[in-house]
Amino acid sequence: MNIKKENHHLIELADIAKTYGRGAFAMHALQGINLHIVKGEFVAVMGPSGSGKSTCMNILGCLDTPTSGTYLFNGIDVGALSRDQRALLRRNYLGFVFQGFNLLNRTSALENVELPLIYRGASARERHSRGREALDAVGLSGWESHTPSELSGGQQQRVAIARAVVINPEVLMADEPTGNLDSTCSREIMELLCDFNKEHGITIVMVTHDFEMAHYAQRTIRFLDGLVDSEEFNGDKQS
Amino acid sequence: MIWQTILLALRAIRRNVLRSSLTILGIVIGVAAVITMVTLGDGATAQVTTDISKLGSNMLQVRPGQGFRGPGGTRSTADMFGVEDAEAVSREIIGLEAVAPTASRSQQAIYGNKNWSTTVMGTTNAYLQVRDWDLASGSQFTQSELRSGRNVCILGSTVRNELFGTLDPLGATIRLQRLSCQVIGVLESKGQTGFGRDQDDMVIVPLRTLQRRVAGNNDVSAIYVSAQKGISTTAVKEDIERLMREQRHIAPGEDDDFHVRDMEEIVSTLTSTTRVLTGLLGAVAAVSLLVGGIGIMNIMLVSVTERTREIGTRLAIGALEREVLMQFLIEAVVLSSFGGLFGIILGLLAAAAGAHILGMPFIFNPGIAATAVVFSAAVGVIFGYFPARKAARLDPIEALRHE
Repeated sequence: MNIKKENHHLIELADIAKTYGRGAFAMHALQGINLHIVKGEFVAVMGPSGSGKSTCMNILGCLDTPTSGTYLFNGIDVGALSRDQRALLRRNYLGFVFQGFNLLNRTSALENVELPLIYRGASARERHSRGREALDAVGLSGWESHTPSELSGGQQQRVAIARAVVINPEVLMADEPTGNLDSTCSREIMELLCDFNKEHGITIVMVTHDFEMAHYAQRTIRFLDGLVDSEEFNGDKQS
Repeated sequence: MIWQTILLALRAIRRNVLRSSLTILGIVIGVAAVITMVTLGDGATAQVTTDISKLGSNMLQVRPGQGFRGPGGTRSTADMFGVEDAEAVSREIIGLEAVAPTASRSQQAIYGNKNWSTTVMGTTNAYLQVRDWDLASGSQFTQSELRSGRNVCILGSTVRNELFGTLDPLGATIRLQRLSCQVIGVLESKGQTGFGRDQDDMVIVPLRTLQRRVAGNNDVSAIYVSAQKGISTTAVKEDIERLMREQRHIAPGEDDDFHVRDMEEIVSTLTSTTRVLTGLLGAVAAVSLLVGGIGIMNIMLVSVTERTREIGTRLAIGALEREVLMQFLIEAVVLSSFGGLFGIILGLLAAAAGAHILGMPFIFNPGIAATAVVFSAAVGVIFGYFPARKAARLDPIEALRHE
């Protein structure tokens, strides 16, 4: 899988529709989404529950496939990929941050961060050094051997971010990353994401309910009833 | 890839030591049961074999009748041997060490106010040689005692203990019904046979004495023969059969009316019995191993449900279906193999204790230990596959949402 780095549109969605169920019970979650995300962009996705933003995130994260329409990730037609090929795409180019952190219990912060590297077949030495580096980058050096239950919510989300960025992904998918955190922690997390966006050029797509958090992004996309309702650039705030 | 998957599996097992140990408990018990049963069974077989070799592995018995045939056989009607038959064997067959004609009767042995029901055997000194039996005290029969059928006897240690207790029996006179005879020797103790019969419960008198004074005939009911070292008992057996057919005038094509038993035959009968028992016990124990495997499957299924979010995370991070499958499969195999190892240790300890209590030899059978490890690993694969496949096929989106 060769990705052309110079491609301008990292992500292109054309007429993406997703329907659950059939016939009378069909639920049209997405009804024709057209979307472009440029490399290095920080995009916030907002919208009420049931507006289709989660479905769209799943499709963007290559966890799900659209019923119709084309999704080009760096020029690759994701719809044509098998389940394993999509897994490999996620492994090599995508990082995930979840609302519920989704760290492995009873597993040290370092081992959690090393997990994606294990699947990439990295040597023990490489895993340790890159894992420590990533934890250092999220401000958790010295916490390597702590397990999730010994860390605060904010710290757990930092570990999760370290796990997402340890592979140096093209895109970081963040699904309500501050949903379980208080406002101070949330701001710290957002600062952290902005740092990775600016300093490492990692493209970030983030779902959020919080307008304050959305303002950290350069662009906000609003979903409503399975369609893109509006797009708004926050460029003045960011530069 | 396989190494990193093993690494993942080991990390997952380490994360929940308590559950892991409970998971393997069934396998531990199953393997321990198999190992204990088979090891004790092997010990019993070895015991029977050594017991029988105490009888003398180069020994053959020639008896009238058709041996083990049971009803319809000619044991009861067949002619007894005579002393001349034993003499013929001794004269004609080469490669023999000793030939002992014997006849016996059940008798009451009386000394003072003690009496004891025992077997009186009339034979020659050759019997002691055939049985490889030494005297604890006193002496064997002299030639003249044998020839003239003097009233002398040699006591087995059980009879000696029952009649004399701590007294010295040598020179004392005991009564065997109408026969009074002087004790000239005491046999060493041999203990029980593989059949459970007390070999020491016996009084030996000269064959002549028994025939004349007790039985009132000249019959010889069995001839004990021992082959020289290095001579095949099978060959001797054939030679004796040929000779006895001649002696007893059996026409070609007619069945033998006597039977020559060598120890190999007795050993194989008994060991095959204990082997069947060992096999049965092992099979029962193997069922518990199966139950242990189902236990593993059960816990692995629970574990998959419980770790749904973890699996979702792994899939999102980019784990392939087969990597998740392998991880859970390897977890199951590692768990069941550990169970097998602990089971072997536990089983061997139990078998050693059991062997000690039952007074049997403890025989470690590395083959059965290896089989147990392989089998328990196989149990892991078979019963781990279903839960592992369930984990691998999870929809990552559903799994991530799972609470």
